[in-house]
Amino acid sequence: MYYYFFSSRYFHWKVNLYVILLVLIFVVPFYIGYFVVSNIRLLQRQKLLFACVVWFTFMYFFWKLGDPFPILSPKHGILSIEQLISRVGVIGVTLMALLSGFGAVNCPYTYMSYFLRNVTDSDILALERRLLQTMDMIVSKKKRIAMTRRMMYQRGDDQNKQTGFWGMIKSVTSSPPGSENLSLIQQEVDALEELSRQLFLETVDLHATKERIEYSKTFQGKYFNFLGYFFSIYCVWKIFMATINIVFDRVGKTDPVTRGIEITVNYLGIQFDVKFWSQHISFILVGIIIVTSIRGLLITLTKFFYAISSSKSSNVIVLVLAQIMGMYFVSSVLLMRMSMPLEYRTIVTEVLGELQFSFYHRWFDVIFLVSALSSILFLYLAHKQAPEKHMTL
Amino acid sequence: MASLDRVKVLVLGDSGVGKSSLVHLLCHNQVLGNPSWTVGCSVDVRVHDYKEGTPEEKTYYIELWDVGGTVGSGSSVKSTRAVFYNSVNGIILVHDLTNKKSSQNLYRWSLEALNKDSSPTGVIVTNGDYDREQFADNQIPLLVIGTKLDQIPENKRSDVLARTAFLAEDFNAEEINLDCTTPRYLAAGSSNAVKLSRFFDKVIEKRYFTRDGSQMPGFSERKRYGAGNSKSLHYD
Repeated sequence: MYYYFFSSRYFHWKVNLYVILLVLIFVVPFYIGYFVVSNIRLLQRQKLLFACVVWFTFMYFFWKLGDPFPILSPKHGILSIEQLISRVGVIGVTLMALLSGFGAVNCPYTYMSYFLRNVTDSDILALERRLLQTMDMIVSKKKRIAMTRRMMYQRGDDQNKQTGFWGMIKSVTSSPPGSENLSLIQQEVDALEELSRQLFLETVDLHATKERIEYSKTFQGKYFNFLGYFFSIYCVWKIFMATINIVFDRVGKTDPVTRGIEITVNYLGIQFDVKFWSQHISFILVGIIIVTSIRGLLITLTKFFYAISSSKSSNVIVLVLAQIMGMYFVSSVLLMRMSMPLEYRTIVTEVLGELQFSFYHRWFDVIFLVSALSSILFLYLAHKQAPEKHMTL
Repeated sequence: MASLDRVKVLVLGDSGVGKSSLVHLLCHNQVLGNPSWTVGCSVDVRVHDYKEGTPEEKTYYIELWDVGGTVGSGSSVKSTRAVFYNSVNGIILVHDLTNKKSSQNLYRWSLEALNKDSSPTGVIVTNGDYDREQFADNQIPLLVIGTKLDQIPENKRSDVLARTAFLAEDFNAEEINLDCTTPRYLAAGSSNAVKLSRFFDKVIEKRYFTRDGSQMPGFSERKRYGAGNSKSLHYD
């Protein structure tokens, strides 16, 4: 056992952990603060100073984060590594649970064609026509405004030529006839522009739905549809398990793979070297889980990034993504412990220190449940609302 | 409004280069105080005096359609954007002088707008080997505008301007480099204002007075240009 402490594996674990924590807590937040500050024009002079201020604020809230959670045992000193990991773990686990909950509900919704609304070409054409009509109305109103403004400007020139006392009185009392109308037309234009934005977004939505319908008719689409049914069963099972865990206040003792293998061995009477196979299979499974979840996270974040990026904020967004990824990774190491056989859990415990692992699992279950239920609600509302909008065409 | 009276100019470019600020400057001669992301398309109207200073001076209302977004967005956004590319009389291509990628993306933007008829899903060639012949054949006047000139330090300016001169030559177009936060770049009488005025005059001429002398209504004249290119277009 003690040999383990000096082995290179342990050493590499520790080094990696320290470096990640260093980056996550010192480098990236400071960098983010620096870029945010440089975007604000007022604070250009003393960028570094304000960046340090932002960083200290971040550290304060980061430290305060540990108070409401029972994550520390009194064994730890103030500056131990466990303090940092526990806090990073909390944030990361919350994030993971939120994303898992949303993903667990959204995935079947996206894959299964049962939920696809029927969109025909004529729907799309009708909506596009409406959009163009709205744009035409905006154009004609803006032309009126421009014309009126030009007339006012020209008349203003004539009026300015009237000098003297009477000229001034006249210019005060007689307001040009177009000016009251202008503000009215401007308001109409604003309302129409808002409408055109909504119509544009709806049209994009319809195009996307139409493409999904076409995709679902191909072989790939049918395959994913089939997978979607399996996935929805898996997600429902996960939600159910999370509820049970919370209600009955239990933390799983054995990991699913070992359980599964034990069940098969007992049921089917097959000669299996449980220990040997469970180790390898759980390792592979854990690898697959981590890879697919990180891939799913990256894809979602990329879409999000495209939607909100601009040349001003893209630096900040990239750094925020890096921060999220780092925290996600640390917390997935934490949570991975649940999926590993008993003797390997001690290794994770050795590396990460004495953390209250059961708390993290409970916290994950709670947030997962909350996130899954609220995304079910959200998707239900969105699904109900959309067809009614198109009915009013 | 009868479609016969419309002069429509597209303003294309990557997200964040300053199209909305530019359009506001062109139409109102004022700097835009609070730029925010453009969702979909925003239109503004510029009052232009065609052949100013001559006896044939006439006032036209030019519609500037500011179509935004990233050139790499999903095909559903592309298909929706294509709705705005109908019956276009001129195109202003906007790029950011501090961002090289935005200048390179202009090729993709112009192809997306010009080839709308031949490739309805908006698939475009992107490996940089654009076809100069497509642009030589093109009848729609183009103008290349580079923004954020003030953010380039003095010593780098000549390199940047040389690069943008090549870009404008590729499009067979004039170019203007300015900063949208100060109106002085487009002050009356400056060379930029003259180029701009010339561009709009050209747009109006092509729209109302074609080369063979007959007055054509403003329907899409672009059906001739896309059909000739039967290369398969590959989207990376």
